[in-house]
Amino acid sequence: MSDFVIFLIDALVKSLIIVVSLLTGFAYTTVLERRVIARIQVRIGPNRAGPFGLLQPVSEGLKLFFKEDIVPNEADKVIFTLAPVITAVPALIVLAVVPLGSEVTIPFLNYTTSLGLSDINVGVLYILAVTSISVYGITLAGWASANKYAMLGGLRSAAQMISYELALGVSLLVPVSLAGSLSLGAIINAQDPVWFVFYPIVGQVAAAIFYIAILAETNRAPFDLPEAEQELTAGYHTEYSGMKFAAFFMAEYMKMIAVSAIFASLFLGGYRLFGLEDLLGGWMGPLILAGKVVASLVFMIWLRATLPRFRYDRLMSFGWKVLLPVSLVTLVLTWVVIVLELIPVAL
Amino acid sequence: MLTFSPVSVSFFIMALFTIGGGLGVVTTRNLVHAALFLVLSLFGIAGLYVLLEAPYLAVIQVLVYVGAISILITITVMVTRRLMGIEETYNRQWPIAAIISGLLGAGLIALVVAQFGALTPVADVPVDNIEQLGRAFVTHQGFLLPFEVASVLLLAAMIGSIVISRDV
Repeated sequence: MSDFVIFLIDALVKSLIIVVSLLTGFAYTTVLERRVIARIQVRIGPNRAGPFGLLQPVSEGLKLFFKEDIVPNEADKVIFTLAPVITAVPALIVLAVVPLGSEVTIPFLNYTTSLGLSDINVGVLYILAVTSISVYGITLAGWASANKYAMLGGLRSAAQMISYELALGVSLLVPVSLAGSLSLGAIINAQDPVWFVFYPIVGQVAAAIFYIAILAETNRAPFDLPEAEQELTAGYHTEYSGMKFAAFFMAEYMKMIAVSAIFASLFLGGYRLFGLEDLLGGWMGPLILAGKVVASLVFMIWLRATLPRFRYDRLMSFGWKVLLPVSLVTLVLTWVVIVLELIPVAL
Repeated sequence: MLTFSPVSVSFFIMALFTIGGGLGVVTTRNLVHAALFLVLSLFGIAGLYVLLEAPYLAVIQVLVYVGAISILITITVMVTRRLMGIEETYNRQWPIAAIISGLLGAGLIALVVAQFGALTPVADVPVDNIEQLGRAFVTHQGFLLPFEVASVLLLAAMIGSIVISRDV
């Protein structure tokens, strides 16, 4: 086979694996969320469909599949249909630049490949670019619905996402500066053996700001203002039903998984864990990354069960007057640390 | 001349996005649709940058033009409802505009073909081209002065917009 065909098969198989694991991950994140929240609120949660409620997402997916698909009369039909797609696609493609493990050799085929679709040398910028696209889906959904609640929800989310993108971008620059590279692979390698989150002050502050910003970017509690029920019914997806609604739902949970993987790669050492990633011929790497992602997901769910929703003006002033200045100061401090060579060397 | 390699096929798809999106911008009556066609066109250009082995430019293209400028245009159009749903033609100058842009396009194509038509080989792209780009921005042999002037210009625009919005 020619090199191009091999490359094509390699890329297609890896893309398929990423997409399928995101979709499966989405389904089981919903179960995880409902079970964990139930546990926190001293309830039981869904446990009837299948063992431990594991078939719950299947039954819900089937239910949504058979729901009537309603398009409002006044809606802009094309954009109304396009908006869920624009929201879901960035969540699917953002993981393309995240290395999921080191090199593995596939048995029987004797073919060695790196785990991860493509570790391009502008990986971090790619993540920022792709997440900035997802603003469109929500804003357009709000506009195309021709419903004032949806419109307000869409505008709110656009303002929120654009505001928190700044703090996100600046706090992203801290691991980039510490590693001296925009490639996620190089950033993960630079965290061997000390994760960036363990760097005194700069690492922790940057990680905290990054985590808050990704909560706002994914519209998770306490930043779920675009769908604040008391004020806006269901916000931008008020008019959506059936599988189109499911697409928004799916996008939110896939984004949670994707940003958790990115957070783990930037601050928690990615697929590395004290050399354990080389076990099982390298196949341990993705499992370690998955463990870190699940930990981050549980933390997000825990936050949702604990914190009340922000008020809109507080959200804006928190983003612009607290997060952005603090992240800028942290970035300058990081540069001071790098120039004075105060970086903790290998323990 | 034309060879059907994966690169040329991707080039034609991206060129289709770019030109088709551009045509959509000027032909559609719906301003939100026009803004979205602009996004499609800008995506096509980002794809062309990828084919030119300039991933940095491609990503910045998406980040700045698609992620920031176009979203601003889209939101501005959305919140000004009176601009929506224009059905009648505003003015009758579109034939002149079409002729002028057609002539300009033909002139550009002629120029590019005359200058670069015979050139086929592509220079090797250095592996660490982002690092070279970064160094070029901060050394005085490179583009330090234009870079700083552009930064000051953007800062002035930012301060200006803050002053205007505080006045109201």
